[in-house]
Amino acid sequence: MYGKKVKLRAFFILLIFLSVSLAIFLVFKSLEENVVYFKSPTEVKNLPELETKKIRVGGMVKKNSIRTNELEINFIITDYKNELVVSFKGSVPNLFEEGKGVVAEGFLKDRSYLKAIKILAKHDENYMPPEVNEALKENK
Amino acid sequence: MLNYFNPNNILVIINRLRKFVFALFIIVLLIGLFEALVLSPEDYKQSDSVRIMYVHVPSAWISLGIFSLISILSFGILIFKNKNFSLITKSLAPSGFLFNVIALVTGSIWGRPTWGTWWAWDARITSMLLLAIFYLMFILSWRITDDTDKAIKASSVIAIIGLINVPIVKFSVDWWSTLHQPASVNLLKDTTIHSSMLVPLVIMTAAFALFSLLIFLMKYNTELIKIKNKGLDRL
Repeated sequence: MYGKKVKLRAFFILLIFLSVSLAIFLVFKSLEENVVYFKSPTEVKNLPELETKKIRVGGMVKKNSIRTNELEINFIITDYKNELVVSFKGSVPNLFEEGKGVVAEGFLKDRSYLKAIKILAKHDENYMPPEVNEALKENK
Repeated sequence: MLNYFNPNNILVIINRLRKFVFALFIIVLLIGLFEALVLSPEDYKQSDSVRIMYVHVPSAWISLGIFSLISILSFGILIFKNKNFSLITKSLAPSGFLFNVIALVTGSIWGRPTWGTWWAWDARITSMLLLAIFYLMFILSWRITDDTDKAIKASSVIAIIGLINVPIVKFSVDWWSTLHQPASVNLLKDTTIHSSMLVPLVIMTAAFALFSLLIFLMKYNTELIKIKNKGLDRL
């Protein structure tokens, strides 16, 4: 149906497209470490050596773990396997809450303690009106 | 049937279609805005800032959709040397780029109160910025040379390479840990957005799609007139 030249062009362009895709896939595969925005407490625990550079750790704020005093706020980030204590001086975003996602940026003091310089709240994919949320809570 | 695709007839059709699409866009936009700003409830966590989503998410969808379309047509341009396709991709790009920028800006405005930052270099946001750069390269490739054949080739190659970025934007939130939340509206999995919020989202998406169609028709019209002025009666 199509001429030989058209078929050849189609083959050539697809081949180039596929090889560039493969190359980019491999680049991302090897850069995996840098593409992730944050590490989990488990990954921090399994680090071969303690990171001295700035690091981001993300997970859930453990229930009943937020302690505040005049100077700083302390809480625990958990991925339900391992935990990490975070201390932070400053104001936290509105959505920072117990049992919700959080990303803390700062410096590791040891494998289970992070001195944060920035707290980001992570929003999840659930959107609903307040009444629905109340109803869901009651059903629990 | 094929006669409909003759540019001369297309001009007549486009002119009729444009007025119709414009009227429809205004109507759908007004309904969408009323749904999004008045009728829809506030979110249990974000309260009123959830309303930014009704602009942010449709913009992101439309910009991704338009880029995919440009890329697929670009294969056709390079393989079949179809000049009409290149007029279509050239006319599609501006509205896609506009919505890409809107998605980035509204995301930033939403991110400040919600996450506590204007910008994060996570995979979703960075790949979306890359998409904007691909759009920009595509649009600029038509400007930097007067040689139309060269511009067609360059822009098509840019669009095809950029296609690789499209699934990265879509699945970045599933493949890597990102600050951006995963998708709420899913075809295969459960949708995690309440129906009272899904309705304005869908209507706003329709409104933005109509707007893109309108801009596309206007641009395409201009391209066809340009060709007519060159004194060519066929592409």
